[in-house]
Amino acid sequence: MRVILVTTILASLPLVAQTSGDARNGRKLFENYGCYQCHGHEAQGGLGTGPRLGPKPIAFAALQRYVRQPTGQMPPYTAKVVSDKDLADIYAFLQSVKQPPPVKDILLLNN
Amino acid sequence: MASSKKASVGRRNFLKGTAGGAAALLAASHPAPAQSTEPARSASAAVTTVERDPSPTVEVLTADRPGADFMLDVLKAIGFDYIFANPGSSFRGLHESVVNYGGNKNPEFITCCHEESSVAMAHGYSKIEGKPVCVFAHGTVGLQHASMAVYNAYVDRAPVFMVIGNTVDAATRRPGVEWAHSVQDAGVLVRDFTKWDDMPVSLQHFAESAVRAYKIAMTPPTMPVLLVADGDLQETPIRPGERLHIPKITLASPPQGDSGAVAETARLLVAAENPVIIADRCARTPAGLKLLVELAETLQAPVINQYGRMNFPSAHRLNQTERARTLISNADVILGLEVWDFWGTVNNFRDQLVRTSRPITKAGAKFISISATDLNTKSNYQDFQRFPDLDLSMAADAEATLPALIEACKRLLSADRKNAFEDRAKKLAEAQHEARGRMLAEASYAWDASPISTARLAMEVWAQVKDKDWSLVSNTAWPQRLWNFDKHYQYIGGAGGAGVGYGAPAALGAAIANKKYGRVSVSIQNDGDLMYAPGVLWTSAHHGVPLLSVMHNNRAYHQEVMHLQRMANRHQRGIDTAEIGTTIKNPNIDYAAMARSMGVHGEGPITDPNDLGPALKRALEAVSRGEPALVDVVTQPR
Repeated sequence: MRVILVTTILASLPLVAQTSGDARNGRKLFENYGCYQCHGHEAQGGLGTGPRLGPKPIAFAALQRYVRQPTGQMPPYTAKVVSDKDLADIYAFLQSVKQPPPVKDILLLNN
Repeated sequence: MASSKKASVGRRNFLKGTAGGAAALLAASHPAPAQSTEPARSASAAVTTVERDPSPTVEVLTADRPGADFMLDVLKAIGFDYIFANPGSSFRGLHESVVNYGGNKNPEFITCCHEESSVAMAHGYSKIEGKPVCVFAHGTVGLQHASMAVYNAYVDRAPVFMVIGNTVDAATRRPGVEWAHSVQDAGVLVRDFTKWDDMPVSLQHFAESAVRAYKIAMTPPTMPVLLVADGDLQETPIRPGERLHIPKITLASPPQGDSGAVAETARLLVAAENPVIIADRCARTPAGLKLLVELAETLQAPVINQYGRMNFPSAHRLNQTERARTLISNADVILGLEVWDFWGTVNNFRDQLVRTSRPITKAGAKFISISATDLNTKSNYQDFQRFPDLDLSMAADAEATLPALIEACKRLLSADRKNAFEDRAKKLAEAQHEARGRMLAEASYAWDASPISTARLAMEVWAQVKDKDWSLVSNTAWPQRLWNFDKHYQYIGGAGGAGVGYGAPAALGAAIANKKYGRVSVSIQNDGDLMYAPGVLWTSAHHGVPLLSVMHNNRAYHQEVMHLQRMANRHQRGIDTAEIGTTIKNPNIDYAAMARSMGVHGEGPITDPNDLGPALKRALEAVSRGEPALVDVVTQPR
């Protein structure tokens, strides 16, 4: 019953690089390649599975580095199965995720 | 106990007479009785029986006081409220005694649809009530069905009391099915994961073993026990004048930690700058929660709840569960209270191609464990986890040891230490406030998404139940983080052995326990889990159990989706195939319709988060009338 902590480090690091990609295709790949399994369909993160990835993702280079050679529990996505182009599209999807309303504006989170 | 003064007949003679009568019928004309569910005996075998064993002149066909009546007296004396069971011919005598001799009250027979459900319901019931109910099952086919749930209860250290039917005497078995339902050693099937079992050969033996079994089950570490009720014993009348005695039921005091070890633990905790208390299956009774609060406040030490039980109030300033990793990493003393996996708590393990691990604690940190599990460890099943490097280990019940530990800590408090504790308390309160803010922010992401986020689901349910006397009868993460838990019955922990199929029946068993207190039982129900034995829905409707089940319907055995993805990624192939064999789609299951088909109020499937609140409200109206209700919510994966 060990508590697995979900960190939000990936999502909170400063953005240092931008790429161009197809966000619509990126959303499709995010589903097909199983990213949603740990990070949620909206990249919001999953309890005990994976951190939030968007909105405001970390720099593309950092994301790419981690995806190829993860240092934590994440399974690796090598270039053999996810091309740099696919990754750029996924990144564009992460950039397109909308910011949620502020907590203070969500009644149920203020009960 | 009173015994019949009328003439009685032994079952063996009774059966011989019956067999002779049947044989005569068979020999006369008919090959087999109509509607028979058992294979017909051959005519030649029947004739042979007639030749060797002629019928008595006056056949005795009835009996007033079967052995099962006394067995029920024993179960009543122990104090069981319910029998959870499917019907089964190997305990037909006991079943009949329950409903007729016992009037189907204390215990009441609750009709189940699967033996795994019966045991898991008993497991859930014990989590709320702190004591077992009785489960009946066939000694062979029933126990095989039940075995997974027995294992869950064993790993979760939950008391379950099973009585299983069997016919030992081969000479009295009915031909055909009863042979397939008989076994030399019924208990062996689950002996690796029960605490004790016995096969009584007399009614007096049954009485003593039943009381012994109950005592063993209830002595920490609490665990399942099993008793065989032999068919002959059940159905043979009690002999006239037979003196039967039910032993006095005196439970053992739970084992407390050694006084020297308690004193040393107190010394380490009071002297520590960064102590951490980790509680897993600690709070066995309502007193456990209060005692843990007292210990934490005495030391102003943070508590990390690993959720094996309802250990600590969620909103208490010292509940620092959200900061577990940080606190464990900085700790100089870690006290584990019934922690199932101490090693896994203080180490980081990576599931990559080469599995690696490393400690996450500071060098020199002291580890102390108080756990009753050390008093009962078996070999075969490996639920005992990796061996931790402990500095102090008490083979004792943590809850029972807390009063002495609290007193020992209080005796060591100096003014300096009290001042230091106050400073620590302020910092912890601030840290908890900040962690709560981060948690709420996390919950806000995907707030309006469809499929519905699990945080949204949790808070929609919370909005509907927070002003009621509620009990969460499932093991679900977001409520643990966001709801306000402060009573012992508001949470029941997990399955133990992680055997899927525990959730729905455990929730029902817990809801049955909650019913008499008028509590609203709420379960956030996983879809894959419900599909193991959905007959519990019928049981809940048939017995009028108020239970709100809110489906966490991610249309998958999602843990396995992730495992398969990990394998595909590792092998650099087919990373888009992880849903094959792991999802529950095509067709999507209509859980609301399934619920309605079994007499349960059904809502959904709900895909728009804005529809969820009104659906929950309607479902809770049904629950307030004493009915079960189910709301199917299509959700995000986790």
